[in-house]
Amino acid sequence: MSMLALDVEKRLGEFFINVSFESTGGVTGLFGASGAGKTTLMNMIAGLIAPDRGRIALDHATLFDSASGIDVPVHRRRIGYVFQEGRLFPHLSVAANLDYGRRMHGLARDGAEMERVVALLDIGSLLDRRPGRLSGGERQRVAVGRALLMRPRLLLLDEPLGSLDTTRKREILPYLEKLRDDARVPMVYVSHNAGELSRLATSVVRLDAGRVAAVGGPELLDVADLDEIA
Amino acid sequence: MLDLSPDEWTAIRLSLRIAIVATTVALPFAVALAFLLARRNFWGKALLDGLVHLPLVLPPVVTGYLLLISFGRRGPIGSFLADYLGIVFSFRWTGAALACGVMGFPLLVRPLRLAIEAIDRKLEDAAATLGADRLWVFLTVTLPLALPGLIAGMVLCFAKALGEFGATITFVSNIPGETQTISAAIYTFTQTPGGDAAVGRLVAVAIVISLAALVAAEWLARRAGMRFHGE
Repeated sequence: MSMLALDVEKRLGEFFINVSFESTGGVTGLFGASGAGKTTLMNMIAGLIAPDRGRIALDHATLFDSASGIDVPVHRRRIGYVFQEGRLFPHLSVAANLDYGRRMHGLARDGAEMERVVALLDIGSLLDRRPGRLSGGERQRVAVGRALLMRPRLLLLDEPLGSLDTTRKREILPYLEKLRDDARVPMVYVSHNAGELSRLATSVVRLDAGRVAAVGGPELLDVADLDEIA
Repeated sequence: MLDLSPDEWTAIRLSLRIAIVATTVALPFAVALAFLLARRNFWGKALLDGLVHLPLVLPPVVTGYLLLISFGRRGPIGSFLADYLGIVFSFRWTGAALACGVMGFPLLVRPLRLAIEAIDRKLEDAAATLGADRLWVFLTVTLPLALPGLIAGMVLCFAKALGEFGATITFVSNIPGETQTISAAIYTFTQTPGGDAAVGRLVAVAIVISLAALVAAEWLARRAGMRFHGE
Protein backbone atom coordinates (compact mmCIF):
# COMPACT_ATOMS: atom_id res chain seq x y z
CA MET A 1 0.00 0.00 0.00
CA SER A 2 1.30 3.35 -0.93
CA MET A 3 1.28 5.62 2.05
CA LEU A 4 2.73 9.00 1.14
CA ALA A 5 3.05 9.86 -2.53
CA LEU A 6 4.22 13.20 -3.78
CA ASP A 7 5.27 14.80 -7.00
CA VAL A 8 5.72 18.53 -6.63
CA GLU A 9 7.34 21.58 -8.18
CA LYS A 10 8.02 24.88 -6.51
CA ARG A 11 10.06 27.89 -7.50
CA LEU A 12 11.44 30.08 -4.73
CA GLY A 13 13.40 32.90 -6.35
CA GLU A 14 16.44 31.32 -7.98
CA PHE A 15 15.83 28.00 -6.27
CA PHE A 16 13.77 25.34 -7.99
CA ILE A 17 12.41 22.25 -6.28
CA ASN A 18 11.19 19.31 -8.30
CA VAL A 19 10.73 16.26 -6.15
CA SER A 20 8.80 13.06 -6.51
CA PHE A 21 8.88 9.97 -4.31
CA GLU A 22 6.64 7.48 -2.57
CA SER A 23 7.11 6.04 0.85
CA THR A 24 5.43 3.07 2.45
CA GLY A 25 5.32 3.46 6.19
CA GLY A 26 8.18 3.21 8.63
CA VAL A 27 10.59 6.11 8.88
CA THR A 28 11.44 7.81 5.63
CA GLY A 29 14.68 9.70 6.02
CA LEU A 30 14.98 12.86 3.94
CA PHE A 31 18.69 13.36 3.67
CA GLY A 32 20.66 16.19 2.12
CA ALA A 33 22.86 19.20 2.75
CA SER A 34 21.26 22.34 4.11
CA GLY A 35 19.67 24.24 1.26
CA ALA A 36 18.67 21.04 -0.56
CA GLY A 37 14.99 21.92 -0.06
CA LYS A 38 14.18 19.52 2.78
CA THR A 39 12.25 21.95 4.97
CA THR A 40 10.39 23.44 2.00
CA LEU A 41 9.28 19.93 1.08
CA MET A 42 8.09 19.27 4.64
CA ASN A 43 6.14 22.54 4.65
CA MET A 44 4.45 21.49 1.42
CA ILE A 45 3.44 18.13 2.90
CA ALA A 46 2.10 19.88 6.02
CA GLY A 47 0.25 22.43 3.89
CA LEU A 48 2.11 25.50 5.17
CA ILE A 49 3.19 26.36 1.64
CA ALA A 50 1.56 25.37 -1.62
CA PRO A 51 3.50 23.79 -4.49
CA ASP A 52 3.31 25.57 -7.84
CA ARG A 53 2.38 22.31 -9.51
CA GLY A 54 1.95 18.70 -8.59
CA ARG A 55 0.17 16.30 -6.30
CA ILE A 56 0.46 15.12 -2.70
CA ALA A 57 -1.51 12.14 -1.44
CA LEU A 58 -1.61 10.38 1.89
CA ASP A 59 -3.22 6.96 2.27
CA HIS A 60 -5.00 7.44 -1.07
CA ALA A 61 -6.54 10.73 0.06
CA THR A 62 -5.44 13.69 -2.05
CA LEU A 63 -4.09 16.55 0.03
CA PHE A 64 -3.00 18.70 -2.87
CA ASP A 65 -3.56 18.49 -6.59
CA SER A 66 -2.92 21.50 -8.77
CA ALA A 67 -4.68 19.86 -11.72
CA SER A 68 -8.03 19.53 -9.93
CA GLY A 69 -7.54 22.52 -7.63
CA ILE A 70 -7.48 20.51 -4.40
CA ASP A 71 -5.61 22.06 -1.48
CA VAL A 72 -6.67 20.72 1.91
CA PRO A 73 -5.95 23.46 4.48
CA VAL A 74 -3.23 22.84 7.08
CA HIS A 75 -5.60 22.42 9.99
CA ARG A 76 -7.52 19.63 8.27
CA ARG A 77 -4.55 17.55 7.10
CA ARG A 78 -4.01 15.83 10.41
CA ILE A 79 -0.27 15.70 9.93
CA GLY A 80 1.85 16.07 13.07
CA TYR A 81 4.84 18.36 12.67
CA VAL A 82 7.83 18.51 15.01
CA PHE A 83 9.87 21.61 14.22
CA GLN A 84 13.56 22.08 14.80
CA GLU A 85 12.89 24.75 17.44
CA GLY A 86 10.03 22.86 19.06
CA ARG A 87 7.65 25.80 18.81
CA LEU A 88 5.87 25.00 22.06
CA PHE A 89 3.29 27.59 23.08
CA PRO A 90 5.05 29.71 25.71
CA HIS A 91 1.82 30.81 27.41
CA LEU A 92 0.57 27.26 28.02
CA SER A 93 1.81 24.60 30.45
CA VAL A 94 3.38 21.43 29.08
CA ALA A 95 0.13 19.58 29.81
CA ALA A 96 -1.91 22.16 27.88
CA ASN A 97 0.58 22.05 25.01
CA LEU A 98 0.21 18.26 24.85
CA ASP A 99 -3.57 18.52 24.91
CA TYR A 100 -3.80 21.30 22.27
CA GLY A 101 -4.15 19.11 19.17
CA ARG A 102 -6.78 16.91 20.77
CA ARG A 103 -8.84 19.96 21.75
CA MET A 104 -8.55 21.58 18.32
CA HIS A 105 -9.64 18.36 16.63
CA GLY A 106 -12.53 17.95 19.04
CA LEU A 107 -11.39 14.45 20.02
CA ALA A 108 -12.61 12.84 23.22
CA ARG A 109 -10.23 12.92 26.16
CA ASP A 110 -8.20 9.72 26.20
CA GLY A 111 -6.33 9.25 29.46
CA ALA A 112 -4.76 5.96 28.41
CA GLU A 113 -3.30 7.43 25.23
CA MET A 114 -2.00 10.45 27.15
CA GLU A 115 -0.36 8.12 29.69
CA ARG A 116 1.15 5.97 26.98
CA VAL A 117 2.74 8.93 25.17
CA VAL A 118 3.89 10.58 28.39
CA ALA A 119 5.52 7.31 29.46
CA LEU A 120 7.04 6.69 26.00
CA LEU A 121 8.74 10.08 26.06
CA ASP A 122 9.31 10.15 29.80
CA ILE A 123 7.82 13.62 30.28
CA GLY A 124 5.55 12.91 33.26
CA SER A 125 7.54 15.14 35.59
CA LEU A 126 7.30 18.14 33.24
CA LEU A 127 3.53 18.43 32.89
CA ASP A 128 3.03 21.44 35.18
CA ARG A 129 5.96 23.43 33.83
CA ARG A 130 6.02 26.19 31.26
CA PRO A 131 8.06 25.64 28.08
CA GLY A 132 10.36 28.50 29.12
CA ARG A 133 11.68 26.33 31.94
CA LEU A 134 12.52 23.24 29.90
CA SER A 135 15.91 22.18 28.60
CA GLY A 136 16.34 21.84 24.85
CA GLY A 137 16.00 18.06 24.99
CA GLU A 138 12.90 18.18 27.19
CA ARG A 139 11.33 20.71 24.87
CA GLN A 140 11.80 18.47 21.84
CA ARG A 141 10.35 15.46 23.64
CA VAL A 142 7.27 17.50 24.56
CA ALA A 143 7.02 18.70 20.94
CA VAL A 144 7.03 15.08 19.76
CA GLY A 145 4.36 14.23 22.34
CA ARG A 146 2.21 17.17 21.30
CA ALA A 147 2.31 16.08 17.67
CA LEU A 148 1.59 12.42 18.57
CA LEU A 149 -1.40 13.22 20.77
CA MET A 150 -3.39 14.75 17.95
CA ARG A 151 -3.41 11.22 16.50
CA PRO A 152 -1.70 12.17 13.24
CA ARG A 153 -1.89 10.15 10.04
CA LEU A 154 1.75 11.04 9.44
CA LEU A 155 4.45 12.55 11.61
CA LEU A 156 6.92 15.04 10.14
CA LEU A 157 10.14 15.62 12.05
CA ASP A 158 12.28 18.45 10.71
CA GLU A 159 15.78 18.22 12.22
CA PRO A 160 14.25 17.63 15.65
CA LEU A 161 17.74 17.25 17.12
CA GLY A 162 19.25 20.05 15.05
CA SER A 163 19.49 22.58 17.86
CA LEU A 164 20.87 20.11 20.42
CA ASP A 165 24.45 19.21 21.32
CA THR A 166 25.75 15.66 20.97
CA THR A 167 25.00 14.67 24.55
CA ARG A 168 21.41 15.80 24.23
CA LYS A 169 21.06 14.05 20.89
CA ARG A 170 22.18 10.79 22.46
CA GLU A 171 19.61 11.40 25.18
CA ILE A 172 16.70 11.74 22.74
CA LEU A 173 17.55 9.21 20.02
CA PRO A 174 16.40 6.20 22.11
CA TYR A 175 12.94 7.81 22.46
CA LEU A 176 12.70 8.25 18.71
CA GLU A 177 13.78 4.63 18.18
CA LYS A 178 11.06 3.50 20.58
CA LEU A 179 8.61 5.60 18.61
CA ARG A 180 9.69 3.95 15.36
CA ASP A 181 9.48 0.43 16.82
CA ASP A 182 6.06 1.31 18.19
CA ALA A 183 5.12 1.71 14.50
CA ARG A 184 1.73 3.30 15.07
CA VAL A 185 2.41 6.28 12.88
CA PRO A 186 4.56 6.59 9.75
CA MET A 187 7.22 9.28 9.87
CA VAL A 188 9.21 11.49 7.55
CA TYR A 189 12.46 12.44 9.24
CA VAL A 190 14.58 15.28 7.89
CA SER A 191 18.25 15.52 8.74
CA HIS A 192 21.61 16.39 7.25
CA ASN A 193 23.21 14.05 9.78
CA ALA A 194 23.84 10.59 8.32
CA GLY A 195 24.55 9.07 11.72
CA GLU A 196 21.18 10.11 13.07
CA LEU A 197 19.36 8.74 10.03
CA SER A 198 21.28 5.47 9.96
CA ARG A 199 19.89 4.74 13.40
CA LEU A 200 16.29 5.71 12.61
CA ALA A 201 15.40 5.51 8.94
CA THR A 202 13.88 2.44 7.30
CA SER A 203 14.15 4.05 3.89
CA VAL A 204 16.09 7.03 2.61
CA VAL A 205 15.43 9.73 0.03
CA ARG A 206 18.53 11.70 -0.79
CA LEU A 207 17.94 15.28 -1.93
CA ASP A 208 20.42 17.43 -3.75
CA ALA A 209 19.74 21.01 -4.87
CA GLY A 210 15.97 20.57 -4.98
CA ARG A 211 15.98 17.19 -6.73
CA VAL A 212 15.90 13.56 -5.69
CA ALA A 213 19.43 12.23 -6.07
CA ALA A 214 18.71 8.69 -4.89
CA VAL A 215 16.02 6.56 -3.24
CA GLY A 216 16.69 3.37 -1.32
CA GLY A 217 17.53 1.90 2.05
CA PRO A 218 19.85 3.17 4.80
CA GLU A 219 22.80 1.92 2.73
CA LEU A 220 22.42 5.17 0.75
CA LEU A 221 23.86 7.08 3.65
CA ASP A 222 27.45 7.91 3.00
CA VAL A 223 29.57 5.98 5.46
CA ALA A 224 32.02 8.85 5.55
CA ASP A 225 29.19 11.00 6.91
CA LEU A 226 28.56 8.69 9.86
CA ASP A 227 29.94 11.13 12.32
CA GLU A 228 29.89 11.74 16.03
CA ILE A 229 26.51 10.34 16.85
CA ALA A 230 26.41 6.77 15.53
CA MET B 1 -11.42 60.80 54.80
CA LEU B 2 -12.52 63.04 51.98
CA ASP B 3 -15.93 64.49 52.62
CA LEU B 4 -17.34 64.47 49.10
CA SER B 5 -20.61 66.15 48.25
CA PRO B 6 -23.31 64.22 46.33
CA ASP B 7 -22.52 66.25 43.19
CA GLU B 8 -18.87 65.32 43.45
CA TRP B 9 -19.74 61.65 43.88
CA THR B 10 -21.96 61.86 40.83
CA ALA B 11 -19.10 63.29 38.77
CA ILE B 12 -16.73 60.55 39.97
CA ARG B 13 -19.19 57.73 39.24
CA LEU B 14 -19.95 59.23 35.86
CA SER B 15 -16.26 59.55 34.98
CA LEU B 16 -15.62 55.91 35.88
CA ARG B 17 -18.65 54.72 33.95
CA ILE B 18 -17.68 56.75 30.87
CA ALA B 19 -14.06 55.58 30.98
CA ILE B 20 -15.00 51.91 31.44
CA VAL B 21 -17.67 51.95 28.71
CA ALA B 22 -15.41 53.88 26.31
CA THR B 23 -12.52 51.43 26.79
CA THR B 24 -14.71 48.30 26.62
CA VAL B 25 -16.59 49.35 23.49
CA ALA B 26 -13.40 50.53 21.76
CA LEU B 27 -11.60 47.26 22.52
CA PRO B 28 -13.01 44.91 19.85
CA PHE B 29 -12.62 47.61 17.17
CA ALA B 30 -9.06 48.24 18.31
CA VAL B 31 -8.17 44.53 18.26
CA ALA B 32 -9.54 44.13 14.73
CA LEU B 33 -7.77 47.26 13.51
CA ALA B 34 -4.48 46.46 15.22
CA PHE B 35 -4.53 43.01 13.63
CA LEU B 36 -5.30 44.50 10.22
CA LEU B 37 -2.49 47.07 10.50
CA ALA B 38 0.00 44.52 11.83
CA ARG B 39 -0.70 41.72 9.39
CA ARG B 40 -2.27 42.92 6.18
CA ASN B 41 -1.09 45.12 3.37
CA PHE B 42 -3.79 46.94 1.50
CA TRP B 43 -4.38 50.10 -0.45
CA GLY B 44 -4.87 53.10 1.84
CA LYS B 45 -3.21 51.48 4.85
CA ALA B 46 -1.10 54.58 5.56
CA LEU B 47 -4.22 56.73 5.35
CA LEU B 48 -6.13 54.48 7.75
CA ASP B 49 -3.17 54.49 10.12
CA GLY B 50 -3.13 58.29 9.95
CA LEU B 51 -6.87 58.56 10.60
CA VAL B 52 -6.60 56.35 13.69
CA HIS B 53 -3.83 58.53 15.10
CA LEU B 54 -5.48 61.83 14.17
CA PRO B 55 -7.18 62.40 17.56
CA LEU B 56 -3.73 62.21 19.14
CA VAL B 57 -2.46 65.26 17.25
CA LEU B 58 -5.59 67.27 16.47
CA PRO B 59 -6.64 69.89 19.02
CA PRO B 60 -9.28 68.08 21.14
CA VAL B 61 -11.73 70.90 20.42
CA VAL B 62 -11.52 70.05 16.73
CA THR B 63 -12.23 66.37 17.40
CA GLY B 64 -15.16 67.40 19.60
CA TYR B 65 -16.51 69.71 16.92
CA LEU B 66 -16.21 67.00 14.25
CA LEU B 67 -18.10 64.61 16.53
CA LEU B 68 -20.76 67.29 17.08
CA ILE B 69 -21.43 67.82 13.38
CA SER B 70 -21.38 64.10 12.52
CA PHE B 71 -22.82 62.40 15.62
CA GLY B 72 -24.99 65.28 16.86
CA ARG B 73 -28.80 65.02 16.71
CA ARG B 74 -28.79 66.64 13.25
CA GLY B 75 -25.52 65.14 12.05
CA PRO B 76 -25.70 62.48 9.33
CA ILE B 77 -24.53 59.61 11.55
CA GLY B 78 -26.20 60.90 14.71
CA SER B 79 -29.64 61.25 13.14
CA PHE B 80 -29.37 57.81 11.51
CA LEU B 81 -28.42 56.11 14.79
CA ALA B 82 -31.16 57.99 16.66
CA ASP B 83 -33.89 57.18 14.13
CA TYR B 84 -33.06 53.54 13.45
CA LEU B 85 -31.31 52.27 16.57
CA GLY B 86 -32.52 54.73 19.20
CA ILE B 87 -28.95 55.60 20.21
CA VAL B 88 -28.60 59.28 21.05
CA PHE B 89 -25.22 60.87 21.74
CA SER B 90 -25.81 64.61 21.96
CA PHE B 91 -25.75 65.96 25.51
CA ARG B 92 -25.83 62.44 26.94
CA TRP B 93 -23.20 60.47 28.87
CA THR B 94 -23.09 58.11 25.89
CA GLY B 95 -21.76 61.03 23.83
CA ALA B 96 -19.07 61.63 26.44
CA ALA B 97 -18.15 57.93 26.22
CA LEU B 98 -17.95 58.20 22.42
CA ALA B 99 -15.68 61.26 22.63
CA CYS B 100 -13.45 59.55 25.22
CA GLY B 101 -13.37 56.35 23.17
CA VAL B 102 -12.29 58.22 20.03
CA MET B 103 -9.62 60.14 21.93
CA GLY B 104 -8.28 57.01 23.62
CA PHE B 105 -8.50 54.81 20.50
CA PRO B 106 -4.98 55.46 19.11
CA LEU B 107 -3.49 54.77 22.54
CA LEU B 108 -5.29 51.42 22.56
CA VAL B 109 -4.40 50.43 19.00
CA ARG B 110 -0.71 51.26 19.11
CA PRO B 111 0.62 48.92 21.84
CA LEU B 112 -1.70 46.17 20.58
CA ARG B 113 -0.35 46.49 17.07
CA LEU B 114 3.24 46.40 18.28
CA ALA B 115 2.47 43.33 20.41
CA ILE B 116 0.89 41.51 17.46
CA GLU B 117 3.80 42.44 15.21
CA ALA B 118 6.22 40.99 17.76
CA ILE B 119 4.54 37.56 17.83
CA ASP B 120 6.51 34.72 16.26
CA ARG B 121 4.25 33.61 13.43
CA LYS B 122 5.87 30.20 13.45
CA LEU B 123 3.88 29.52 16.61
CA GLU B 124 0.72 30.23 14.64
CA ASP B 125 1.85 27.79 11.93
CA ALA B 126 2.45 25.19 14.64
CA ALA B 127 -1.09 25.74 15.95
CA ALA B 128 -2.48 25.28 12.43
CA THR B 129 -0.68 21.94 12.00
CA LEU B 130 -2.29 20.88 15.28
CA GLY B 131 -5.75 21.45 13.83
CA ALA B 132 -6.58 25.06 14.72
CA ASP B 133 -8.39 27.06 12.04
CA ARG B 134 -7.68 30.78 11.70
CA LEU B 135 -10.14 31.91 14.34
CA TRP B 136 -8.84 29.39 16.88
CA VAL B 137 -5.24 30.30 16.09
CA PHE B 138 -6.16 33.91 16.82
CA LEU B 139 -8.04 33.13 20.03
CA THR B 140 -5.62 30.56 21.49
CA VAL B 141 -2.24 31.83 20.31
CA THR B 142 -2.24 35.37 18.87
CA LEU B 143 -4.46 37.07 21.43
CA PRO B 144 -2.93 35.45 24.56
CA LEU B 145 0.56 36.29 23.33
CA ALA B 146 -0.50 39.90 22.69
CA LEU B 147 -1.97 40.16 26.19
CA PRO B 148 0.71 42.45 27.67
CA GLY B 149 0.15 44.90 24.78
CA LEU B 150 -3.59 44.61 25.23
CA ILE B 151 -3.32 45.45 28.93
CA ALA B 152 -0.98 48.38 28.27
CA GLY B 153 -3.35 49.74 25.62
CA MET B 154 -6.41 49.38 27.83
CA VAL B 155 -4.76 51.26 30.69
CA LEU B 156 -3.64 54.09 28.41
CA CYS B 157 -7.11 54.31 26.86
CA PHE B 158 -8.79 54.21 30.27
CA ALA B 159 -6.50 56.92 31.61
CA LYS B 160 -7.09 59.09 28.56
CA ALA B 161 -10.86 58.58 28.84
CA LEU B 162 -10.81 59.44 32.52
CA GLY B 163 -9.06 62.74 31.96
CA GLU B 164 -10.53 63.74 28.61
CA PHE B 165 -11.84 67.28 28.63
CA GLY B 166 -11.68 69.25 25.37
CA ALA B 167 -13.47 66.93 22.96
CA THR B 168 -16.06 65.92 25.56
CA ILE B 169 -17.05 69.44 26.60
CA THR B 170 -17.22 70.56 22.95
CA PHE B 171 -19.37 67.60 21.92
CA VAL B 172 -21.74 67.10 24.87
CA SER B 173 -21.17 70.19 27.02
CA ASN B 174 -20.87 70.16 30.82
CA ILE B 175 -24.16 69.03 32.32
CA PRO B 176 -24.05 67.91 35.98
CA GLY B 177 -25.30 64.33 36.32
CA GLU B 178 -25.17 63.65 32.57
CA THR B 179 -21.91 64.77 31.02
CA GLN B 180 -20.03 66.46 33.85
CA THR B 181 -16.98 64.28 34.47
CA ILE B 182 -14.31 64.85 37.12
CA SER B 183 -12.32 67.04 34.73
CA ALA B 184 -15.34 69.12 33.81
CA ALA B 185 -16.39 69.41 37.44
CA ILE B 186 -12.90 70.61 38.45
CA TYR B 187 -13.03 73.15 35.65
CA THR B 188 -16.46 74.36 36.82
CA PHE B 189 -15.34 74.65 40.44
CA THR B 190 -12.25 76.65 39.46
CA GLN B 191 -14.61 79.17 37.86
CA THR B 192 -16.79 79.32 41.00
CA PRO B 193 -15.91 81.60 43.96
CA GLY B 194 -15.12 79.41 46.99
CA GLY B 195 -14.75 76.30 44.91
CA ASP B 196 -11.17 75.63 46.01
CA ALA B 197 -12.00 72.95 48.57
CA ALA B 198 -14.09 71.00 46.03
CA VAL B 199 -11.29 71.30 43.48
CA GLY B 200 -8.82 69.93 46.02
CA ARG B 201 -11.02 66.94 46.81
CA LEU B 202 -11.63 66.06 43.16
CA VAL B 203 -7.95 66.46 42.31
CA ALA B 204 -7.10 64.01 45.12
CA VAL B 205 -9.67 61.54 43.77
CA ALA B 206 -8.27 61.85 40.24
CA ILE B 207 -4.77 61.11 41.52
CA VAL B 208 -5.96 58.07 43.51
CA ILE B 209 -7.90 56.57 40.57
CA SER B 210 -5.01 57.12 38.15
CA LEU B 211 -2.48 55.57 40.52
CA ALA B 212 -4.74 52.59 41.19
CA ALA B 213 -5.14 52.01 37.44
CA LEU B 214 -1.37 52.14 36.93
CA VAL B 215 -0.65 49.76 39.79
CA ALA B 216 -3.33 47.32 38.61
CA ALA B 217 -1.92 47.43 35.07
CA GLU B 218 1.61 46.83 36.26
CA TRP B 219 0.44 43.84 38.29
CA LEU B 220 -1.56 42.38 35.41
CA ALA B 221 1.28 42.87 32.91
CA ARG B 222 3.72 41.23 35.34
CA ARG B 223 1.42 38.23 35.71
CA ALA B 224 0.95 37.95 31.95
CA GLY B 225 4.70 38.20 31.44
CA MET B 226 5.37 35.59 34.11
CA ARG B 227 3.17 33.10 32.35
CA PHE B 228 5.56 33.17 29.40
CA HIS B 229 8.65 32.59 31.46
CA GLY B 230 7.61 29.82 33.74
CA GLU B 231 6.67 29.69 37.45
